[in-house]
Amino acid sequence: MRKTLITLALMLGLAATSGAQTMLNAAGATFPAPIYQKWFETYHTAHSNVQVNYQALGSGAGIAQLTNGTVDFGASDMPLTDDQISKMKSKVLHFPTVLGAVVPTYNVPGVSGDLNFSQKALAGIFLGHITKWNDPEIAKANPGVKLPADDIVVVHRSDGSGTSFIWTDFLSKVSPEWKSSVGAASSVNWPVGLGGKGSDGVTGLIKQTPDSIGYVELIYALQNKVPYGAVQNAAGKFLKADLAGVSAAAAGAAKDMPADFRVSITDAPGAGAYPISSFTWLLIPAQWQDASKRDAVKAFLTWMLADGQGFNESLSYAKLPAAVVTKEKQQIAQIQ
Amino acid sequence: MSNLRLIWRKSLNALMLTLTGVAALTVVTVLFLILGYLLYNGGKSLDWAFFTQLPKGEGEDGGGVANAIVGSLKLLAIAGAIGLPVGLLAGVYLAEFGGKTFSFITRYTTDLLNGAPSIVIGLFAYSLAVVPVKHFSALAGGLALAVMVVPITVRSTEEFLRAIPNSLREGAMALGASKWKTIATVVVPAASGGIITGMLLALARVAGETAPLLFTALNNQYWAPGLGQPTASLPVVIYNYAISPYDDWHRQAWAAGLVLLALVLLANIGCRLVINRRGVRSV
Amino acid sequence: MSTAATTMERAAPPESGPRALIYRLRHGDEVAHIVTLIFAATILLVTSMMVYELWVQSALTRTKFGWEFFWTRTWDPVFENFGAAPFIYGTLVTSVLSLMIAVPLGLAAAIFLAELAPRKISDTLAFLIDLLAAVPSVIYGLLGIFVVIPLMRTTIGPALKATLGFLPIFKGPNYGVGFLTASIVLAIMIVPYIISVSREVLLTVPRDQREAALGLGATRWESTWKVVVPWARPGVMGSVFLALARALGETMAVTMVIGNTPQIATSLFSSGYTIAAAIANEFAEATGPMHQSALMELGLVLFLITFILNGLARLLIIATERGGGRPS
Repeated sequence: MRKTLITLALMLGLAATSGAQTMLNAAGATFPAPIYQKWFETYHTAHSNVQVNYQALGSGAGIAQLTNGTVDFGASDMPLTDDQISKMKSKVLHFPTVLGAVVPTYNVPGVSGDLNFSQKALAGIFLGHITKWNDPEIAKANPGVKLPADDIVVVHRSDGSGTSFIWTDFLSKVSPEWKSSVGAASSVNWPVGLGGKGSDGVTGLIKQTPDSIGYVELIYALQNKVPYGAVQNAAGKFLKADLAGVSAAAAGAAKDMPADFRVSITDAPGAGAYPISSFTWLLIPAQWQDASKRDAVKAFLTWMLADGQGFNESLSYAKLPAAVVTKEKQQIAQIQ
Repeated sequence: MSNLRLIWRKSLNALMLTLTGVAALTVVTVLFLILGYLLYNGGKSLDWAFFTQLPKGEGEDGGGVANAIVGSLKLLAIAGAIGLPVGLLAGVYLAEFGGKTFSFITRYTTDLLNGAPSIVIGLFAYSLAVVPVKHFSALAGGLALAVMVVPITVRSTEEFLRAIPNSLREGAMALGASKWKTIATVVVPAASGGIITGMLLALARVAGETAPLLFTALNNQYWAPGLGQPTASLPVVIYNYAISPYDDWHRQAWAAGLVLLALVLLANIGCRLVINRRGVRSV
Repeated sequence: MSTAATTMERAAPPESGPRALIYRLRHGDEVAHIVTLIFAATILLVTSMMVYELWVQSALTRTKFGWEFFWTRTWDPVFENFGAAPFIYGTLVTSVLSLMIAVPLGLAAAIFLAELAPRKISDTLAFLIDLLAAVPSVIYGLLGIFVVIPLMRTTIGPALKATLGFLPIFKGPNYGVGFLTASIVLAIMIVPYIISVSREVLLTVPRDQREAALGLGATRWESTWKVVVPWARPGVMGSVFLALARALGETMAVTMVIGNTPQIATSLFSSGYTIAAAIANEFAEATGPMHQSALMELGLVLFLITFILNGLARLLIIATERGGGRPS
C-alpha cells in the first residue's frame, strides 16, 4: 500500500519532467570520468535534447546501482563477474570505451624525478612488508636517487573502485601472496593504508601527505601534476605509463577479444607493454523500455566509437584498437 | 595556617574564574575564525559566473554552482511542503488536544527522531523513495529532509502555542467559539510569529544537511527539472569539491560554503532576534 | 433556528455525555482533534518504520553473523566477512575524545555565562554560540580539511609528540588525518550544545543556593563549583548525553578528516573509521546484498545507540527542570 502511494506521488512528480529532453542518469568509474564528462558535454552541445548526468561514484557504485536499477547505465573498470551478471535483472552489454593506465603516484620529499618500482616492490609496499622509502627493494631499482628513511604512507581507495580492481588484479598476477591473502576486487581488505574517496580523493590525499604512495589513473596524475613512477613489466623493463605502452598492452587482447568484451590486460607480455593497463567499459542494458532513451544511447555509442575516440589522446587515454571498434559497432545492434 | 588556606582559596577562585572567561572567549573566537576563513577564502571566488553557470567537468577550471543553488532551494521547498504542515499540526495536537500518555510518547519519539543520525534517515529515504521507483530524485531527497524538519517544527510550534496564555483561549470560548475555531483563529495567529520563525529555523537546519542527500538526491551536473531527477545541492557539491584534488574546485567549495553559511546564519540571526531568547533551544 | 436558542446553546457547551460529543462533532472539534492526532501519529509511524526498515534490510548479516558482528574486526567485502568492531571503536573513540575536549571547555564557558558575565554580555555571547550550532557539518568538514589537518600535521601533532610522545596514544606516524583530528573537529561541533543547555540549566538554580554558600564564606568559585553546579548536575549530564548523541551520528565532518581505514589502533594519530562515515562512503556501491545488509546493520546499531542516549538525556534534563539535583 505504502509503495503504491509513494509510486503515485513520484509519478506525479515525474510527470512534471516530461518534455523533449531525454535525460539519462549514469554512475560508475572515476577512472574514465574526465573523458566521459567531456564526451557527454560535447555530445550535449551537439544534441541539446540529450542530457547524460554521469556521477563518478566508483565502479562498485556503478555496478550496484545498475543492479538495483536506479541508473540507466553504468560504467566500470572491471568487467562484471559471473556472479554479478547473475544478479542483474536483464542482460547487460559491455562496451569498451577507452584504454587507460593506472600509475603509482607518490609524494616523497626530496625526490623530484621519476622512481622505478619493481613488481616485488609494489607488492611489498601494499602488503605492508616494505615500510620505508629507502628499503633495498626500492633503492636497487633507483640507483643514484636519495631516498629518505621515512615511513611509507600507503593510500588506497576507500570506495568500491575499478581502479582498485585493475591495481589489485596486477598485484595478484605478480605476487602469489597478494593473490591468496587479499585478492583482486573493487573493494578489498587492504593490509595497510589510508582510504581516499574516488580517484580525486586519493590524489588529494597524496598531494597533502608527504611520504605517501597511491595509485590513480594516469590523467589524474597528469592533471594534478603529481609525480608518478615507472613500473616493471613482465619482460623486466621499467616503463612509465604512456599511450604507446598502453596500446602495446592491448594489442594482444585485441586479436582474441571475446564476444562479451571481458578481458584483463594487466601484466601483458611484450617489452613495450605497460603492465598496469586496462580497458574500461560502459555497462549498457540490452533491453530498454523507453524508446527515446534507447535511441539516445545507441546514437551516443555510435558517436563515441567514431568522433568520441578523437578526444581520448588529449586526455591521456589510448584509443580503442580498430578491431575492437568494429566488433563493438556490431554489438550496438543488440540494444533493443 | 588559615591565612595560607585563605590565600589559596582566593587564588584558586581568581584562577578558575579567569579560566571560565577564557573558555567562553575561546569558543566565541572559534566562531569568528570560521566566519573569517570562509569570508576570506570564499569571498575571493564569488563572481557572477559562480552564481549563474553550470559546473564544468573534472579538472576543468571555471563554471559555477547555479544548479546547486537552485537544487538546494527546490529540496527545501519539498521538505517544507511535506514537513512543515505535519510539524505544525502535530504541534497543535500536543499543545491543545493531547491526552497525557499519548502526548508523552509522541513528544519523546519526536525528540528521539530529532537526534537520529542524518545518515540513517538517508538510508530510510533510500529504501522508501528510491528503490521502489528505481530513481534517484529530488523528491526522495526532499522526503529525507522533511523527516528532519518535522521534529524541529513540532517542538517549536508546541512551545509557542503553550506560551499563549489560557485567558486568550477562554475569552474566545466564552464568546462562543468552538475549540478548533479558537485554535485556528485566535491561538495560532497569536503565536504565528514564533511558529513561523521556528519553521524557518527548521529549514535553515536542514539546508546544510549533506548525508541524507548522498543516496537520495544524488547529484547532477545539469539542471534537474521537476521532482523526479537527481539534483545538485550546495552541501553535496561542497563535499565533492572539497575532497577533490583540483584547486579550482577547492576555490569553488569555499565560495559555496560561504553562500551556504551566509544563508543559514542570516536565517538564524533573523529568527532568533524575533524570538528574543525565549523558547527554541538550539538543540 | 431562533437567535435566542443558538446563543444559549453556544454560550454553554455541555461538559460531558452524549450531548457533549454531538456538540463537539457539530462544531468540528472532534475532526480537528482527529486530524491533528493523525499528524502526531505519523511521527510515531515514521520512527517505527525506520527501525523496521533497518531491521528488515539487515536480516542477511544478522542471521549470518549474529552477535559476532559486534566484535569481528575484519571488514572484507571480497570474502563477505563483515565485522562492526573497527567502526564501533572509531565511533566511540572519536565521540569520547571529543567529549573530553568539549565538556570542560563547554562547562567552563557555561559557568562564565551563567554566573559571572553581566546579563547583556551573557545573552550576546550565548546568542553567538548558538550560531555555532547552526553551522552545517559540511562546512566544519571543509575547515577540517583545509585548516585542522595541516595544523595537525605541522603544529599540533609535532607539539604533542615532543611533549607526550612516550605515551602509546601519541606514537606512530602523523598524517594529519586520524582519530585526533576528527575528535577536535567534533569537539568544536558539540561545544555549543553543552554550553547552551548547561547555561540554561545553571540559570534555573535558585538564587538562595548561591547566596547561602556565599553567606557561609565561600568564594565565588567555591559557591559555583560546590553548590550551583551539583544542583544542575542532572541537566548538565543531559547536555553531555545530547552532545554525545550528536557526535556519534556526525557523518560529513568526520569522513572528511578521519582517514577512512577500518582498523583498531591505539595511536590517536592513526586513521580510522566511524559507523556513519562507513555508511556514507560505501553505501552507494555496496557490492551485493550481504554488503548492503552489513551497512544497514551498522545503521541500526547507530540508531539504537543514539536512541538510548537521547532518551537518557531527556530524562536527565526533565529531572533537573522538575526539582534539581541536591548536592550529595
